[in-house]
Amino acid sequence: MTRANAGAFTRAGVPTLSVIVFLAAWEIAVRALHIPAYLLPAPSLIAATLADNFASLMTSWWFTLRVTLAALALAIAGGVLIAALFALSRTAERALAPFAVVLQVTPIVAIAPLLMILTDSSLATVLACAWLVAFFPILANTLTGLRSADANLRDLFTLYRASRWQTLRHLLVPAALPSFMTGLRIAGGLTLIGEVGGEFVAGAAGRDTGLASRILEASFRTEIPKMFAALTLVALTGVAIYLATAALSRTLLARWHDSERTP
Amino acid sequence: MNHSPTSLLSLSHVRREFPGGRLALADVSLRIEAGEFVSLLGPSGCGKSTVLRLLSGLDSPTSGTLTRDLAPDAVPGYVFQDAALMPWASVRRNTELPLTLRGEGGATLHAKVDAALRAVGLGDSADAVPRELSGGMRMRVSLARALVTAPRLWLLDEPFGALDEITRFALNQTLLSLCQPRDGTPPATAVFVTHSVYEAVFLSQRVVVMARPGRIVDEVAIDEPYPRDAGFRTTPRFTAWCARVSDALQRASVAGAPA
Repeated sequence: MTRANAGAFTRAGVPTLSVIVFLAAWEIAVRALHIPAYLLPAPSLIAATLADNFASLMTSWWFTLRVTLAALALAIAGGVLIAALFALSRTAERALAPFAVVLQVTPIVAIAPLLMILTDSSLATVLACAWLVAFFPILANTLTGLRSADANLRDLFTLYRASRWQTLRHLLVPAALPSFMTGLRIAGGLTLIGEVGGEFVAGAAGRDTGLASRILEASFRTEIPKMFAALTLVALTGVAIYLATAALSRTLLARWHDSERTP
Repeated sequence: MNHSPTSLLSLSHVRREFPGGRLALADVSLRIEAGEFVSLLGPSGCGKSTVLRLLSGLDSPTSGTLTRDLAPDAVPGYVFQDAALMPWASVRRNTELPLTLRGEGGATLHAKVDAALRAVGLGDSADAVPRELSGGMRMRVSLARALVTAPRLWLLDEPFGALDEITRFALNQTLLSLCQPRDGTPPATAVFVTHSVYEAVFLSQRVVVMARPGRIVDEVAIDEPYPRDAGFRTTPRFTAWCARVSDALQRASVAGAPA
């Protein structure tokens, strides 16, 4: 095995192997100890339940995914715009930062019922919850990034009489990219958590509902394997979002930034 | 040096105090003529870099007068101690930055960048990113970026301070050739900040010795044929000049010691 192959195995093979070992241990433990399915279903039963309810779970999954991605997109737009505003104006930052911080530190499940009353729409509530938790990491990290541009380079841009727009485009935005990507990786996972939290509180029923509503339903009916099936989809979605943001970060930064340096 | 009534750059009784009361320059008067190569030599914190920032227009005096007899659209070639490159951009894109910012593009831009990269010996590295280069090569990119605007004034803030001696010697030579163009144009003016006596003597026609807090204590005109070639470093006269300047610096350090 060459060194490069060994590296690829360490990166992809080891995590895969550890997950397989974990699932196998779970399956064996459930069978050997005769744990009833209403306490802890075996992975094989969860997979079977997932296959049996595939169509309905996919509909819910599609809802969850759409709302999560929409909230993430809105969080990126809002976070980046406000970070740019803060970077250009300290006064704006002083005036608005308290609101951003209050929104960030107030637990989302405590705001959700209020949002439900205010918007009278479960979709709007879920979207707002997901947006709220994702917004702050993007704002904070982007702002740090925008301020991290090299002081000498800033001087150089001044000397060469760059306009504000040129400075933003050629210096501040690329300099902010690594921090922004960190924010995005955090926000990606948080959006899903916010979406699920929002769905729990909004407690929506009917067709336009996501995986969290399936989990709630299943728990009311004590269909524990179905709960686990929906939960598995939530977890896989989170993993997929994480892998996608990590891959994006690697693509954009690999050549020049140390955070994505491959040895 | 014969001072004409209008020098290219002149500082007259300039004082620069930063907010918080730190005194960078106490009282500095200095004239720099067109085509001159002047080094500012002195211990850390004596205000050398502040003088450079004032000359560039990045900073202004607290009191005293600063005059700059430059064309209104003239931009000095400014080189920092670290190369100050955009890490995300290739050597080519870093080099073309000053031109891009003033809206140039196309074939002329490409040709100017190629010429600048060749002049600093980086003709083959245009597509590399800074991380893939050595410290000396990064500094060459920094020089190329300044060169691409064909500046009439070079402001250099300890550009080679972090490099090993061999690279430093090579870049000293490169810098001299950049300031003394061979295509018939008159030589550019250069103000060079350094810690190194040897570098100051080798490069300059005049060495200005500074001391804390922010004042000029001595000026030594290096009265030798100019521009210099590498052989000058091994002559007894070079050693004698270094001893002379070193002595001035020694006195400056004593004079500038904390009272």
